[in-house]
Amino acid sequence: MEKLLLLGDEAVAQGAIDGGMSGMYAYPGTPSTEIMEYVQKSRIAKERNIHRRWSTNEKTAMEAALGMSYAGKRAMIAMKHVGLNVAADVFINSAITGVNGGMVIAVADDPSMHSSQNEQDSRFYGKFAQIPVLEPSNQQEAYDMAYESFDLSEKFGVPVLIRLTTRLSHSRSGVKTSALKEENKITFPEDPIQFVLLPFNARKRYQILLDKQSGFKETSEESKYNIYYDGEDKSIGIITSGIAYNYLMENYPGRICPHPVLKIGQYPLPYSKVEKIDKECDKLLIIEEGYPFIEEMLRGFLDKENRVMGRLDGTLQRAGELNPNIVAAALGKVNGENIKIPEIVANRPPQFCPGCAHKDVYDALNETMKEYGSQKVFSDIGCYTLGALPPYNAIHSCVDMGASITMAKGAADAGVKHVVAVIGDSTFTHSGMTALLDAVLENSPITVVISDNSTIAMTGGQESAATGHLEKICEGVGVQSDHIRVVTPLRRYHDEIVQVLKEEIEYEGISVVIPRRECVQTAASKRKAEKAGKAKLKTV
Amino acid sequence: MKTDIILSGVGGQGILSIAATIAIAALDNELYIKQSEVHGMSQRGGAVQSHLRISNKPIASDLIPLGESDLIISVEPMEGLRYIPYLSSAGWLVTNTKPFINIDNYPDKNELMSTITSFKNHIALDADKISRELQSPRSSNIVMLGAASPFIKIPYESFEEGIKKIFGRKGEEVVRLNIDALKAGREFAEKAIHNDAG
Ligand SMILES: Cc1ncc(C[n+]2csc(CCOP(=O)(O)OP(=O)(O)O)c2C)c(N)n1
Repeated sequence: MEKLLLLGDEAVAQGAIDGGMSGMYAYPGTPSTEIMEYVQKSRIAKERNIHRRWSTNEKTAMEAALGMSYAGKRAMIAMKHVGLNVAADVFINSAITGVNGGMVIAVADDPSMHSSQNEQDSRFYGKFAQIPVLEPSNQQEAYDMAYESFDLSEKFGVPVLIRLTTRLSHSRSGVKTSALKEENKITFPEDPIQFVLLPFNARKRYQILLDKQSGFKETSEESKYNIYYDGEDKSIGIITSGIAYNYLMENYPGRICPHPVLKIGQYPLPYSKVEKIDKECDKLLIIEEGYPFIEEMLRGFLDKENRVMGRLDGTLQRAGELNPNIVAAALGKVNGENIKIPEIVANRPPQFCPGCAHKDVYDALNETMKEYGSQKVFSDIGCYTLGALPPYNAIHSCVDMGASITMAKGAADAGVKHVVAVIGDSTFTHSGMTALLDAVLENSPITVVISDNSTIAMTGGQESAATGHLEKICEGVGVQSDHIRVVTPLRRYHDEIVQVLKEEIEYEGISVVIPRRECVQTAASKRKAEKAGKAKLKTV
Repeated sequence: MKTDIILSGVGGQGILSIAATIAIAALDNELYIKQSEVHGMSQRGGAVQSHLRISNKPIASDLIPLGESDLIISVEPMEGLRYIPYLSSAGWLVTNTKPFINIDNYPDKNELMSTITSFKNHIALDADKISRELQSPRSSNIVMLGAASPFIKIPYESFEEGIKKIFGRKGEEVVRLNIDALKAGREFAEKAIHNDAG
């Protein structure tokens, strides 16, 4: 047994490695990125040659993992919450095909939207797919749950979802590890048509999934992650899950809560334990990080007795993440007066790094669009989205990966001329390629600017699937090669870039402009690594 | 025994290296640790903070409640003030005075300093200057750690051990420079506390 100091994300990764995982599949996204990054740095992963390269998007990641599971081995998929939207098709259907080798999806939600477009709660997806969901409240549980999750997945022959939230993903604590398990050998599914979801078999498989539900419930009842702590003061019973449990206990010195507490770590909800706390207590307070998921189930539709308190009746805020102080207020405790933030403290929002190539792209684009009107510029998600803020105010949309191109096409379909889409290189390969094909098929008069910094910068500089392929992809999809223009986003080429943009925007068909210059951050870390490499050579 | 610490700065200033050194020192003393970090969007030149909690008893929350932090270590003078609501009435603000100006409405330097010195329990030092004088311009964060070390309930030697572990790979010279930086910060703080008391 070893004790390691790990982030929640890293604990999941280490648990999966020790649990006999043969493949990690992921697309980066805050706050989930460190799961894959940890596997990529792991010595055991290297020795075992565990699959650990980034996938093009979350859907391809999950499909590859399902293929590995089909072949009998254990696979994990990691992503941020909105990634599960992209992978939703395979996700829901994999519950129906079932799995062969254990398959586990680790999803990190981002309540309060620190780095996201929304704060959707992945537990709903777990319920939607009708599979078991695990929700750790600390790093040790994150490790243990990942370690055991493959067994659970194989026991029932279904995928299992592990739900994390930002504050656990990115908080470090001591973790005790367990013995390293052997990897599975290659085996094929016993039933040769298990994975064939033709209607006749899909109906059969769906019934199998429904028949498994009672087993999921029984396992939840017995789960060591669903714990009932008794308490004397039964005026209120508290049901809590995930990291919210920590905020609750922070409010009691000695970590003893006077009220009965039901701590949930595994879903479906353990029916008899919920029934017990409901029977014993006058009112129930539900404290959960994310949407009022448990609360809504317990409250029911009419909520006639109004005995359930939580986010829906205003006891807790409806949106945003919790913290010890918010929970204290819900418990009726008075938060002391604190020193106010001095007025001179100014906001410091995120911004482009000095020397960033995206800035040169926006300087040129803004000058070009003076003539056409800047509101015709759609965009996407990445570092370049900061172009929506002052001083640039250059772009007017950021919705979901790849949407810039298709939204631009739609606006052009509506009759708008001189429409532009600005998209990053990784966002393009994630979900922009099919959008571009749509635009090619109708030769839509839009200009797609793929701002290529040759990395996935927003999430910390991971390898971009687009690097070295962009022109060929665009040509292959059907963009005419004389309307694929590559420029270098540097101050000294400003006039040239403006000229190229003008020409392509004026062109009444689909065109692509690729400003290409490496991200200053990845360039700097490469230089640093080279220097370190040289220094090492010297000492050898 | 517990020490709750907020670390603050601007994305890219490397506050996590301070957190890592404290965490290693805490582990050496067999203490419990929880350390919450900020990754992602705000790392791009925005305000960043980390909550670091060490204790001889298990720790519940990953986040420090308002008004309960024993210490704010800020590698930038304005950023420390942003988290003042977390500071307990007996807590200390230990801050670098070297501003990181990447916004137009950055406050006036004199006003900023007088706000900092209006808190009785403060240590304000130009860690960048001190580290330059030590011929180790990269060690300013370790100078800050040194200045904060009297307020962290961990023996000073454990911080030195932590530095050896973290910088050991980079050679003896780097370790020595950082141990000097730690000492310089520590001495500055001890003098400041002493003068105050005297
Ligand atoms: C479906 C989905 N997956 C992942 C993310 C997280 N994410 C936001 S931007 C981004 C990468 C963008 O990379 P790129 O397009 O190359 O732009 P850059 O940041 O390098 O400018 C990622 C992975 C997301 N928002 N949505």
